[in-house]
Amino acid sequence: MSKEPVAVIGVGQTKHVAARRDVSIAGLVREAARRALDDAELTWADIDAVVIGKAPDFFEGVMMPELYLADALGAVGKPMMRVHTAGSVGGSTALVAASLVAARVHGTVLTLAFEKQSESNAMWGLSLPIPFQQPLLAGAGGFFAPHVRAYMRRSGAPDTVGSLVAYKNRRNALKNPYAHLHEHDITLEKVQASPMLWDPIRYSETCPSSDGACAMVLTDRAGAARAPRPAAWMHGGAMRSEPTLFAGKDCVSPRAGRDCAADVYRQAGIADPRRDIDAVEMYVPFSWYEPMWLENLGFAAEGEGWKLTESGVTELDGDLPVDMSGGVLSTNPIGASGMIRFAEAALQVRGLAGEHQVDGARRVLGHAYGGGSQFFAMWLVGAEPPTS
Amino acid sequence: MSAVLKAPLTVEFPFTRSLGPVQSAFLTGLRERVILGVRTGDGRTLVPPVEYDPVTAEEIRDLVEVAPTGTVTTWAWNHAPRRGQPLTTPFAWVLVRLDGADTALLHALDAPGPDAVHTGMRVRVRWAGERTGAITDIACFEPYDAERAEPTGHSGEFVDAVTGIVAPARLDYTYSPGRATTGYLHALAGRRMVGERCPSCRKVYVPPRGACPTCGVATAEQVEVGPGGTVTTFCIVNIKAKNLDIEVPYVYAHIALDGAGLALHGRIAGIPYDQVRMGLRVEPVWTEGGRYPDHYRPTGEPDAAYDTYKELL
Repeated sequence: MSKEPVAVIGVGQTKHVAARRDVSIAGLVREAARRALDDAELTWADIDAVVIGKAPDFFEGVMMPELYLADALGAVGKPMMRVHTAGSVGGSTALVAASLVAARVHGTVLTLAFEKQSESNAMWGLSLPIPFQQPLLAGAGGFFAPHVRAYMRRSGAPDTVGSLVAYKNRRNALKNPYAHLHEHDITLEKVQASPMLWDPIRYSETCPSSDGACAMVLTDRAGAARAPRPAAWMHGGAMRSEPTLFAGKDCVSPRAGRDCAADVYRQAGIADPRRDIDAVEMYVPFSWYEPMWLENLGFAAEGEGWKLTESGVTELDGDLPVDMSGGVLSTNPIGASGMIRFAEAALQVRGLAGEHQVDGARRVLGHAYGGGSQFFAMWLVGAEPPTS
Repeated sequence: MSAVLKAPLTVEFPFTRSLGPVQSAFLTGLRERVILGVRTGDGRTLVPPVEYDPVTAEEIRDLVEVAPTGTVTTWAWNHAPRRGQPLTTPFAWVLVRLDGADTALLHALDAPGPDAVHTGMRVRVRWAGERTGAITDIACFEPYDAERAEPTGHSGEFVDAVTGIVAPARLDYTYSPGRATTGYLHALAGRRMVGERCPSCRKVYVPPRGACPTCGVATAEQVEVGPGGTVTTFCIVNIKAKNLDIEVPYVYAHIALDGAGLALHGRIAGIPYDQVRMGLRVEPVWTEGGRYPDHYRPTGEPDAAYDTYKELL
């Protein structure tokens, strides 16, 4: 028996900001969930199960949030589970929810991911001092900056490319009312003049720290037929993992990412992603990861990704828009960031992305990664139901 | 083989929490010696209050005051209180249904012994002397045989409400780095870098992990690597990291020691930071009492060719 087609019929998110001191974590997730239900014109009673995700517990100190948040998400008396894959968790969470629909375990599933970075300290959570171990010499940026330098050496990319990505994404964010950073006076010169934190990564080429939540309502064919607005249909979805570090790991273009994308394309019948996919919302916490992921995801040959960025192909009005929402570079509630990518892909093919809508977006890839480039989660959604 | 190392590891952080309207009223009430519950759509009063109705999932905001007296619905004796618990002497954990509430609140009951506690017994709140707007404003419960106290009918509106709390989290572990790392650390004490070779793929892991993550087999064969190595890639750190006494800018590098199957991390010094490059040949510099090399410095050898380390990036 073939799988049940999975449709996204509701998307909701909070206005992402540095600190939401006016709400509890329950109040924050409720807001996103309520908006997703409103989009689908459903009530709590229409939801069969809830799947939630968040970043590692020590990022904000809530253990087993599914226990505390069951009331807020209308999950009492229903199955509820939590997914846990570091920064990629928002994507993995959506895929677990989708699998419940695809397997016909449930008809309609609410999936949600969140983070209140203002009530935590991710940098601290990532660098607990372990006895006998050499102290870490740099934070998250310092962890990824050497990989960026390796990419620049491998590809021969000029050192100007990173600033172009940041400038583009911050301008895209101005069109997205939910984005955290709205830098109305942004210029390329300002990005280029921002301080070099972990050379070759500049301040303006890094993501902010945000409070926010994102939710989606996933349903089956019958649910999609009743939905008041167009659905986004899942054409492929996959996850892959690999160790943080191992002998032979390609830190610039991890194999788990390549394999994950290949699996999604096989499911979706994508022969040439550059030609067959209209836009990509990818997880880019440091600007150079745009050209790096363009290669990892097969949109460009090895060493060629930066040329797409430099020539304007990835601009909102380009041939392959990337990070239409403004991306992680403009909004980063870590636990939610992966789901925001997946949700943006869905909004685009539903034609509901508002000012940052890409004209004629029919097939869009949503991408998330996490840990030390070790967890990958992706889905490809389309405006039409899958044919097989 | 030498004994495996162990050390205490304490993970501790003062998380902050925004309370939202309902918890804000509840905790501010405790500060003022007022206990608030919330009324659900079907007319039940939940204490402690919640923001969303557990039955209908609707948002609930109808605050009602309940009495500081109540009835124990169940209990368990705590023979040996731990740090941070409400009382330092043995006490009963109790669920107390306060007069006027339909649900029970978890707290501590000060009682001389388990024989003095029973389900159905009457208790009352013992308020803390100094109250800040926290659950600990209720110091504990105590046995109480007199009339039930009546609530004052407080509205739940407060001047200067508490909007956030600090919730300290602490976990105490005994950390053991395991056999492979213990061996590595012993070798480091003699200023030698010793990894382990995978019997299947033949790659050498430094530091060793006791197993090869690619092949999934145990590693045991010890292999000394270095001391020379190659900078495979690096970044220049311009912002001072907390708890690190290193002047910025400095270079944080991935260093592939000669013979190692992957790079480890270290700081490069003994050369101006802006002259560090991929392919630079380096060696460790040890300082008295340091477990790890303090940093790595140039050896003066010609740079390694890109092809010799590109697979290690």
